[in-house]
Amino acid sequence: MSFLEYAPAPESTSILKLRDEYGLFIDGEFTEGHGTPFDTIAPSTGKKLATMSAADGSDVDRAVAAARRAHDTVWSRMPGKDRGKYLFRIARLVQERARELAVAESLDNGKPIKETRDFDIPTVAAWFFYYAGWADKLDYAGLGKDPRALGVAAQVIPWNFPLMMLAWKIAPALAAGNTVVLKPASTTPLTAILFAEILQQADLPKGVVNILTGPGSMGGQLVAHEGVDKVAFTGSTGVGQTIARAIAGQRKKLTLELGGKGANIVFDDAPIEQAVEGVVNGIFFNQGQVCCAGSRLLVQESVHDEFVARLKERMQTLRVGDPLDKNTDVGAVNSAAQLKTITDLVATGEAEGAEAWAPDCELPSEGFWFRPTIFTNVSTSHTIARDEIFGPVLSVLTFRTPAEAIAKANNTPYGLSAGIWSDKGSRVLALADKLKAGVVWTNTFNKFDPTSPFGGYKESGYGREGGLQGIGAYLQPAAADAAATPPAVEAPAETPDITEVVDESVEAGTGAASQGAAAGDSAGTPKAAASATATSRKKARK
Amino acid sequence: MTRLAVPKTYKLYIGGKLPRSESGRSYIVNSSTGDFLANASLASRKDARDAVLAARGAQSGWAGATAYNRGQVLYRVAEVLEGRHAQFVDEITALEGVSRAAAAAQVDEAIDRWVWYAGWTDKFAQIAGNANPVAGPYFNLSVPEATGVVAVVAPQDSSLLGLVSAVAPALVAGNTVVVIASEAFPLSAISLAEVLATSDVPGGVLNILTGSPAEIAPWLASHADVDALDLVGAGALDWVALETAAVDTVKRVAWPEDGPDAAAPSIERIRQFTETKTVWHTKSMI
Repeated sequence: MSFLEYAPAPESTSILKLRDEYGLFIDGEFTEGHGTPFDTIAPSTGKKLATMSAADGSDVDRAVAAARRAHDTVWSRMPGKDRGKYLFRIARLVQERARELAVAESLDNGKPIKETRDFDIPTVAAWFFYYAGWADKLDYAGLGKDPRALGVAAQVIPWNFPLMMLAWKIAPALAAGNTVVLKPASTTPLTAILFAEILQQADLPKGVVNILTGPGSMGGQLVAHEGVDKVAFTGSTGVGQTIARAIAGQRKKLTLELGGKGANIVFDDAPIEQAVEGVVNGIFFNQGQVCCAGSRLLVQESVHDEFVARLKERMQTLRVGDPLDKNTDVGAVNSAAQLKTITDLVATGEAEGAEAWAPDCELPSEGFWFRPTIFTNVSTSHTIARDEIFGPVLSVLTFRTPAEAIAKANNTPYGLSAGIWSDKGSRVLALADKLKAGVVWTNTFNKFDPTSPFGGYKESGYGREGGLQGIGAYLQPAAADAAATPPAVEAPAETPDITEVVDESVEAGTGAASQGAAAGDSAGTPKAAASATATSRKKARK
Repeated sequence: MTRLAVPKTYKLYIGGKLPRSESGRSYIVNSSTGDFLANASLASRKDARDAVLAARGAQSGWAGATAYNRGQVLYRVAEVLEGRHAQFVDEITALEGVSRAAAAAQVDEAIDRWVWYAGWTDKFAQIAGNANPVAGPYFNLSVPEATGVVAVVAPQDSSLLGLVSAVAPALVAGNTVVVIASEAFPLSAISLAEVLATSDVPGGVLNILTGSPAEIAPWLASHADVDALDLVGAGALDWVALETAAVDTVKRVAWPEDGPDAAAPSIERIRQFTETKTVWHTKSMI
């Protein structure tokens, strides 16, 4: 045993009492869905954790109706201070059950317990705590006096941060007076349903939050549902576009948090130890399954060799394995489908002539695993420098001048995140101005806070979550009236069939392969159908 | 004997220049009583692409100018507009068939809105941006920035006020604009172009196309170098198809608005085509 090896230190799972089956959460009650139940598995072992109920169109109808009722009769009429108290209750209950949720999240997602314990779940509590305080202060949200809720929010979230994404969506929506129908990703539905138990403990009025587990097709039905006023989606650019097409013409407020290909720029005067740590955190945090991951390292040519050598040295010490082990740095990839996406893109990288390197480490024989990998000799035209991989794979490029760093960093259709590492404050500030990215971390990376807006430029989506801007996305000025009321339109003759393409396998996603599939599927009928629906709505409005 | 008038040739406004449509096409603009007023340029797809190219070329410079500078440049437009007040009144009276008083009121309001927005350039970031009290040793600041190139279908029932109300807010934060003017009332749009050309607005910051929105808008909606689409005046078009086309490049889209309150002055009109950039920096532990 070398000094770097640790004895196993697994977190106990005794705190988590899983049931064999879980239902949907509609109108305050757990209920069976009308879709085909499915199993949620532990990506680290492939073993089943529980059987989840699946919603179909009729369940979507029920949930949206419950949310509408709760909005009109209870939630939007409740004084803000009382809405706030419910959210404070939720924040506290999350804290009380933090360990249980951390274990469940780690099991269901495959991410290391030290991340769920020290990052995911504390962030969930922080999000509810922050937005709880907004509920009675909406006059200060930048929309004038007495801003109003939008109505019923349909929220579709990815599998990479299941409970944290739930908190990012639900907390501001409820604080602003909206009610919610939320669909967690089908590979990670577990903590959302555990969260529903917390809502019952908090005695949240029934129907204010409804949670539907099920396939991507159900998510498509949900966002296109005519009773929905606001759609919020986090996931791949391809699926986000499918949703935007489906609801075009419906005048539903839409926020999209989509993919990214973040540049992490390291100058030769950077504090190198911190920069190595930051680059490792930027790409290997959550197995690289992060939309704002620093997946492109731009390192100044003069320090390239030294930096890469130290990076490899550091990667050698990453402990890959059992997510429930408290010493684990890199856990399991979330699904077989995601593992295939990563594997295919890495093969493409090698075929195109970049050099792959991964530390020598033993991977478990069961489950979905990928070694932390870096590519050197990468040029801007390489697929691995352009497509989001959504896995623990870093592409290293070089630059000589700040102007070249800016040009290369911005040379992407995405614009979510960027990192800058330099000791020179004046240069850091000038560079931050020039980068087309919604979040710029300088001398740090992957920091999140409920007070701080997060979201992308360009094809990384629109709208911001977090902070003042995050509550604004769920409000309208008092003067506006059209969007708040349910659209007074006849039901479309045919529900737009966008549904099959809002596929769970690409929800959080990702690589070119899966995006291509979604885009390909959506090219034909859905567009026409959605357009037809929207036209009928337009007529009805006149 | 009455003097023989010298009628104006109405052209396009692209990249700070006033070219005819490359297509050589024009269309007849009649007064409200059906009399011939002028031939306006009928912009083509190629004209739209040229305009986007000009807007893209001007964008980083316009966004990179100081807010103080942008404010003065926009205010200068209002100054020059005021000086040509009578010309716009004449045009609007002839085109829209309204009284001179109503036309004058429209021009007054257009100038006043331009001044109102000019004053926002160096204040918008203060009310739309913020320092965030994050729970950790970081300096953290959110600031609004321009989205980029914005394509606008101007309100179709207004000669000048609708156009100004749609483009001025987009310019405040540093966006550059390609606007399709009112098809029926295009003359004031080109007179505004002359105002712009003789003020301090850099070429390419605002580009004005006259012609058929139904013909040109789809090319702008699907153009990969257009970042946002303002459909405020597109209510009579198949605007759902335009919104759908914008999805391919994840454009920000603003929906059509109707009536006299369309594109009413608001902070929201500035905010809708901005992006919030949040910059984090470490604080040392001293």
